[in-house]
Amino acid sequence: MDFNFTEEQDMVRDGLSRLVREQYDWETRRKAIASNAGWRPEVWAQLAELGILGMPFSEADGGFGGGAVDAMVIMEEFGKGLVVEPFVPTVVCAGGFLKHGGTAAQKEEHIGGIVAGSAVFAFAYAEPRGRYDYADLETTAKKDGAGYVLNGHKAVVIGAPWASHLIVTARTGGDRRDRAGVSVFVVAKDSAGIVTRDYETVDGRRASEVYFENVSVPAEALIGEEGAGLALIELVTDEAIAALCAEACGAMKVAHAMTVEYSRQRKQFGVPIGSFQVLQHRMVDMYTAYETSVSLTYLATLRLASDETERKRSVSAAKVGVGQAARLIGQEAVQIHGGNGVTDEYAIGHYFKRLTIFDSEFGNVDHHMKRHIALA
Amino acid sequence: MNLEFTPEEQAFRDEVRSFIAENYPSHLADFGMREDMEREDFLAWHKILGKKGWSVPAWPVEYGGTGWTPTQRYIWSEENARASTVMPLPFGVSMVGPVIYTFGNAEQKAKHLPGIVSGEVWWCQGYSEPGAGSDLASLKTTAVRDGDHYVINGQKTWTTLAQHADWGFFLCRTDPTAKAQEGISFILVDMKSPGVEVKPIKLLDGGYEVNETWLTDVRVPVENLVGVENKGWTYAKFLLAHERSGIAGVARSKRGVEKLREIAANENLDGAPLIKDFDFAKKVSQLEIDLAALEITELRTLAGEQAGKGPGPESSILKIKGTEIQQRLTELTLEAVGTYGAPYYGSIANDTGPGSGSNEYAVGPAHAQHAAATYFNMRKTSIYGGSNEIQRNIITKMILGL
Repeated sequence: MDFNFTEEQDMVRDGLSRLVREQYDWETRRKAIASNAGWRPEVWAQLAELGILGMPFSEADGGFGGGAVDAMVIMEEFGKGLVVEPFVPTVVCAGGFLKHGGTAAQKEEHIGGIVAGSAVFAFAYAEPRGRYDYADLETTAKKDGAGYVLNGHKAVVIGAPWASHLIVTARTGGDRRDRAGVSVFVVAKDSAGIVTRDYETVDGRRASEVYFENVSVPAEALIGEEGAGLALIELVTDEAIAALCAEACGAMKVAHAMTVEYSRQRKQFGVPIGSFQVLQHRMVDMYTAYETSVSLTYLATLRLASDETERKRSVSAAKVGVGQAARLIGQEAVQIHGGNGVTDEYAIGHYFKRLTIFDSEFGNVDHHMKRHIALA
Repeated sequence: MNLEFTPEEQAFRDEVRSFIAENYPSHLADFGMREDMEREDFLAWHKILGKKGWSVPAWPVEYGGTGWTPTQRYIWSEENARASTVMPLPFGVSMVGPVIYTFGNAEQKAKHLPGIVSGEVWWCQGYSEPGAGSDLASLKTTAVRDGDHYVINGQKTWTTLAQHADWGFFLCRTDPTAKAQEGISFILVDMKSPGVEVKPIKLLDGGYEVNETWLTDVRVPVENLVGVENKGWTYAKFLLAHERSGIAGVARSKRGVEKLREIAANENLDGAPLIKDFDFAKKVSQLEIDLAALEITELRTLAGEQAGKGPGPESSILKIKGTEIQQRLTELTLEAVGTYGAPYYGSIANDTGPGSGSNEYAVGPAHAQHAAATYFNMRKTSIYGGSNEIQRNIITKMILGL
């Protein structure tokens, strides 16, 4: 058993921490998310230069030989600064599908672009009526000669406005909600028949509704085996959940520290409000929730390579525990900031918003509680 | 970073598992801890471990410690939990022992440590008083110097299992003019001394786990003072930090969750096993998730200790979360047994525990018999060892810096 980080991981953390602190300060972020683009491609280029985008890929695939623990280290730093750039959709999700299910040709075609920062991906899995069931798909991929034709509507595709490529889930067989018959495709976003409607999300990111209208893709667009994509989706989304939990830990750490600092500065009844025991104990409970979230994030991350049941149970435990902590810490941080907590001006409200939306990504607390129970 | 045990650690697990299987007294098998046991039942495993050299694993090797790594100690506690062993009591092993080897003089070490290691000497803790609970520093028991003796007067309370104790460690005020935390001394008292009187307190579960201890003109030789006179508060705090680490009881709670699942699989609700009921299953899953979080948190703390950090204020988190989980576990177990949670088993001659052969009047399933008593008993955990509110005060000060 070992809870130490490697020297390389410590270096990555230090480097990213500096980058976020010096180039992702609050005013810069505020301007960036309000701009037309909504993100900072120059930061993405810097991340590529620092090797961050290639970290979790093996050296054989053109990466730097890291893994899930590296992604955890990276995401925690992103969480601290509420970084909006699409690391999870591009590196963790698309990268994950390519790593675990891609052919040599697909890896060759796409991983280089991800590592270099030239290819940006979004993961189009959710549907208006599918909620958190990855198999509940109305989007179809019908065989057409050697290739497929995609039709359907994908919901809230995070980072899609910035993306050059999409990973798309669609039904190639079976009935709605069947485990069998789900397939995964990689598609260039500028393919004929793809229409997007772009918008802002409440937590400062960008997303799209993506419509597929008779989009023809070649046979080489299929990732993994036709109709057997669900197990691959479950593996990759488990990896994404572990990464998002790390991001939430970073955001919770900062939200808690900001709250403690605010309670030191803010005076009422002639004394700092941090001197009141009723607030002290609530801030202790926030701290405890943060620490146990870090523990669950370690558990999920370190169990990603375990057998399927152990992996799913650990990831669901983390999504439940971190989701509950994110709710508690977000709400309490706003409450202790008083009126300032509900203003747009104070940073704390933005941490609260990110921590709120975290819960609904890849299944909320209730969803993962059910999965945890089912796997007992 | 990984959660795997090394081959050496796996081998260690095999070694301690077979030692427990071969040496643990069979009449105490799968028995856990009950405060109504006989003195010798409490001490049986302690004495066996004393002979083996495993009774005080965390101590420095020169005083009888095993030199195990924190991970090995963790494996040791897991294996004991797995077998539900009656572990050595903490009063000597985890409390006064570390104070004596850290702050005591050579004579005190020679006189007292071997008895703790062997399990021959039973210790009790004289901290709390009727008027000094969370505000421990307001204690009023006095020790007045008279030649080469202290004369002790006062009343202690919640003295756990003092009815069996040979020795006690007491916090006494030696300088009545000093302010609260100063002027307190840490004194060892032979419980057979004239003037020591132990009166049992009956608790909610019907048992007699704790006592009032009255000290009336008790004459104690000055050589029983540990460390420096009036510096006892320092040693008391040191002891409390040691008491808190290991208080999380992760391994025992994991075993408890397994037992809870077994019970819930055998109890029925609406014609199906209780464990299949979503509302109940959800509570069990929540408990397991919180326990998993606590387990990794404890392992992170142990890793910190392995890297040379002593038990710090993080141990307060372990105390809070560990006791909350222990309490929720006993609460769910009582909930699981349903109607058979109500009979007071102390009124029924059905003792199936050690020393009794009769169960002719037993009512209800065996797994129901201690559910209520254990639930009532475990309410103590968020109160003792520094209440969970005091732990929050400690975190406020030491970690949040407020």
